[in-house]
Amino acid sequence: MDLINVRDLTFQNRIKKMWSKSEVTFDLGPVSFNLKEGETLAIVGNNSSGKSLLAKLLVGIETPKSGKIFMNGMDINKSDISVRCHDIRMIFQNSNESLNPGLTLGSILEEPLRLNTKLNAQERTSLIERTLRQVGLMSEHRFFYRHMLSDGQRQRIALARALILNPKVIVADEPFAALDPSVRSQAVNLLMKLQLDLGLGFIFISHNLGIVRHISDKVIIMKEGKVVESGKTDVIFNWPKDEYTKKLVDSHQALVNRHHL
Amino acid sequence: MPQSSLYQEEHYPSPLQYTWMEFKKNHIAVAGLFCFAFFLIITIFCPLLAPFDPNMQQIGDLLIPPSWYPNGGISHLFGTDALGRDLLSRIIYGCRTTFGISLLLVVVAMFLGVGLGALAGMSKGFRSSFINHTLDSIQAIPTLLIAIIIIAILGTGLVNSMWAIALALIPQFVHQTRDFIRHELSKEYIMAAKLDGASKTHIFMHSILPNMGEMLVVQGTLALSVSILDISALGFLKLGAQAPSSELGAMLLEGIEVAYIAPWTIAVPGGALFIMIISINLVGDGLRSALRNRLLH
Repeated sequence: MDLINVRDLTFQNRIKKMWSKSEVTFDLGPVSFNLKEGETLAIVGNNSSGKSLLAKLLVGIETPKSGKIFMNGMDINKSDISVRCHDIRMIFQNSNESLNPGLTLGSILEEPLRLNTKLNAQERTSLIERTLRQVGLMSEHRFFYRHMLSDGQRQRIALARALILNPKVIVADEPFAALDPSVRSQAVNLLMKLQLDLGLGFIFISHNLGIVRHISDKVIIMKEGKVVESGKTDVIFNWPKDEYTKKLVDSHQALVNRHHL
Repeated sequence: MPQSSLYQEEHYPSPLQYTWMEFKKNHIAVAGLFCFAFFLIITIFCPLLAPFDPNMQQIGDLLIPPSWYPNGGISHLFGTDALGRDLLSRIIYGCRTTFGISLLLVVVAMFLGVGLGALAGMSKGFRSSFINHTLDSIQAIPTLLIAIIIIAILGTGLVNSMWAIALALIPQFVHQTRDFIRHELSKEYIMAAKLDGASKTHIFMHSILPNMGEMLVVQGTLALSVSILDISALGFLKLGAQAPSSELGAMLLEGIEVAYIAPWTIAVPGGALFIMIISINLVGDGLRSALRNRLLH
């Protein structure tokens, strides 16, 4: 049984014009993939290849032109928004920007609980404290503000915010891009551990092919809104078929080899 | 699960306490706050504080100089005016009229303006741009001029000038609120709140409003000093508060007639206005940097 199944998802970005017909500026898809529980899917591609747009379509910020997304066999485009924000959670690229500067971390984490669950104040507090400890922070951190934390801690809060509703799938838009190497490897390890514990499906966008190779089970390579190649990670890295994929893998390999010299 | 609190005695201040901790560091602003509190106390308790009835004319005591003059007396601390009324009592009542009414007007204008601005900012398309551009065109005219136009229609008097100033103050709150909301809506944490399933009202109340304090303080103090100046200017021009009532601008006008023989009749109300406006600006400035610094360090 697939946890999430995406079929022929397409999207068109149009610019509306006053007098003439609207103009299509970007065409995405069709994109199809499926993901099982505990699996990781990486979406790779250069800038403006539609990776972030795909993530936005998955979490529901943008509505697709055609195509379907199934969660456990249920069409989630038809079901209401509350199911979606409960089951699919997003981690943003810039964790600093995605936290409200005027609220304590506790109330940032409380918001999804208040909107999507029927827990009372005491249960909410204990769940927040438990989630904070789960991502390696202290329960005291719920009194803190965004500006009091380091980048790595902010990333953990973003993760806690995604985890707190007990989702089935986490979609992350370049979650490791802004972190320095040591913090990045900490974050990667934390995510892998939590994925193992909770059986999450994890979809992430990355430029870093090293991390992709390290943690993902499947890869989608995108270029200018089209899927160039998709499949199992080791197949794609060892036997790339498409010219573009070959270039990407070669450049990554060159970097790795230089490191090992 | 055991509660693990590393620092049992650690105290986590509320947002208000954080703001106060930052505010305290600016000593001039604290001095301004004392002045502001002084005027606030006068405004609330003025019948208890004033030694005489502000309109009582003491025929024997015309134009008595203030107590620091050689021939002044202690019974009239700030002296008396040309009609023999005690200036101290008139100043105290004048502060109530000028300061108290301005404060009231600003609070009302702020509520209405922020409400309308939120409506304009959270909606899209025609409704949003209609509210905004209509009020924009009003904002192009100075508030005092709008107030004079409104008074020309409604007639002179303190209540009419209150209406006029309140209506003239609203557009800037609407405009600032709408701009602020527009700016905030493009940020990622609003997106995150939307993904939590938050409705528009929830986003405004819980995500945008907590960040709006700084903007409201800046606009509020600006509006407060503008409305104090406008009320006294209208009083001075005989368009607002009328002659016997003790309003600072109207008192200045009365004092001008005897300015050469009794300069204290314009110096005292003028000084009161001056201190009032300075203290408001000091408090506003200190509060703004306190609110900003609260979220920086």
